[in-house]
Amino acid sequence: MTETLKPAPARTIVTGDTRPELPRHIKLRHDPGRGRWIILAPERVFNPDETAVAVLKLCDGHRCVSEIAETLSREYQAPLDEITSDILTMLQDLSDKGVVKAS
Amino acid sequence: MNEQAPTHVTETAMPMCAREPDRSPEQDAEAAAALCARAPVGMLCELTHRCPLQCPYCSNPLELERGNAELTTAQWQDLMRQAATLGVLQIHLSGGEPTARKDLEDIVRVAAEVGLYSNLITAGVMLTRDRLAKLADLGLDHVQLSIQDVDPENADRIASYKGGMAKKIEVAKWVKQLGLPLTINAPIHRQNIRSVPRMIDFAIEMGAGRVEIAHVQYYAWALLNRAALMPTREDFMTAARYVEEARERLKGIIVIDAVVPDYYAKFPKPCMGGWGRGIVNITPSGRVLPCHAAESITGLEFDNIKDKPLADIWLNGAAFQKYRGTDWMKEPCRSCPRKEIDYGGCRCQAFALTGDAANTDPACSLSPLHAQWGQVAEVESHAPAPEFVYRRVGGAKAKALAEAPGE
Repeated sequence: MTETLKPAPARTIVTGDTRPELPRHIKLRHDPGRGRWIILAPERVFNPDETAVAVLKLCDGHRCVSEIAETLSREYQAPLDEITSDILTMLQDLSDKGVVKAS
Repeated sequence: MNEQAPTHVTETAMPMCAREPDRSPEQDAEAAAALCARAPVGMLCELTHRCPLQCPYCSNPLELERGNAELTTAQWQDLMRQAATLGVLQIHLSGGEPTARKDLEDIVRVAAEVGLYSNLITAGVMLTRDRLAKLADLGLDHVQLSIQDVDPENADRIASYKGGMAKKIEVAKWVKQLGLPLTINAPIHRQNIRSVPRMIDFAIEMGAGRVEIAHVQYYAWALLNRAALMPTREDFMTAARYVEEARERLKGIIVIDAVVPDYYAKFPKPCMGGWGRGIVNITPSGRVLPCHAAESITGLEFDNIKDKPLADIWLNGAAFQKYRGTDWMKEPCRSCPRKEIDYGGCRCQAFALTGDAANTDPACSLSPLHAQWGQVAEVESHAPAPEFVYRRVGGAKAKALAEAPGE
């Protein structure tokens, strides 16, 4: 079945240097009928809270996690280390679920 | 990692196949209720019952709808617009084989235009690369490709379709080349259950982001073929342990969704996430059902999209109102602390086995029929497997005739 030897796929570990983005098939959008944000994914619907929406809107594949954390820390006037830890946990979970692509 | 970090993203259960949600239903109940209060989250569109495969566990009813009864292109397109307005988020284009409809592109195009997230549930064998590329261009969001086994010979025997497996491998490659996300769906039963580890490997090799290890659910064709399909408890447990282990080991590489056979489950499945709560099903001819098997419950009346708007049917249709919520429940469901977790299980199974769809699903240990029902699986799974009754027009009748007391 295998035509060429491909390297075995590996789990992405999200760090401060990771540049996360939403893959094309993941859709973050506002659902006007229910008055809330949703993430549409293959056979999944996720419900992001305000914090998650703020983070995901910054996941553009250019900014790294540290930069996203700094931006949000300034914006919400919250301690950087708390925000960083919170975001890393969230993005690792979303990366494991295929919602966030990280490179 | 900070274990105390709050969860910022919860999941709404997508109860299409009663898979277990990542979070417990209690935790997710509020979010799910908010999302589902007004409209179904998902709409399953059986575009046609025509299919070149003849899988003996097909979820279509025994009486397959004929091609000439199917909704027109314009009717499906209108339904997409109605669904989006109502608040449906995802559509599952299924069958039969949805690619047997020559106008699939026209339906996908409108679905994308109105913002529906579209999922093509296909066996793949009728697809060409050009057609798939066209669908991707039009805005198709996701492809779910079924396999019958990883062993081509056994797979083709189960589907009664020569060369099927080879074609599916080709299709899986096209899906990835075109940049579409891929799910491999593997219906599991006694004649392929030992391939589960290789099925997961296969899905990874094909580049799938998800694999569904979906134990056959025993309705319609699968109920007819139950003795040929029911795995032994030992085989089921071995496969379940493997899936649990693989899920952890393959975290971040592939998402594994498991659907358990409820004959071996402790509690009934939260069928469709509750009747008339999150999912609506449209048959090829336009009948609007709370689940794809609902027509097996005799005495229920189902509205047709040709006669009434979708919103009206969803909100007020007699069949939807009949078992929606928990008011219809009898004991032991009525006083059960799990009644808003599993909703008393499956109405179709309760009807098929007890004659009253409002009874507790025999899959529940509180059902008086539970012990006897579980025994059926034990006995059938250890007896030699009978021949398949393949899914084809008239196939079920032939079986009934063969088994009728001699005249």
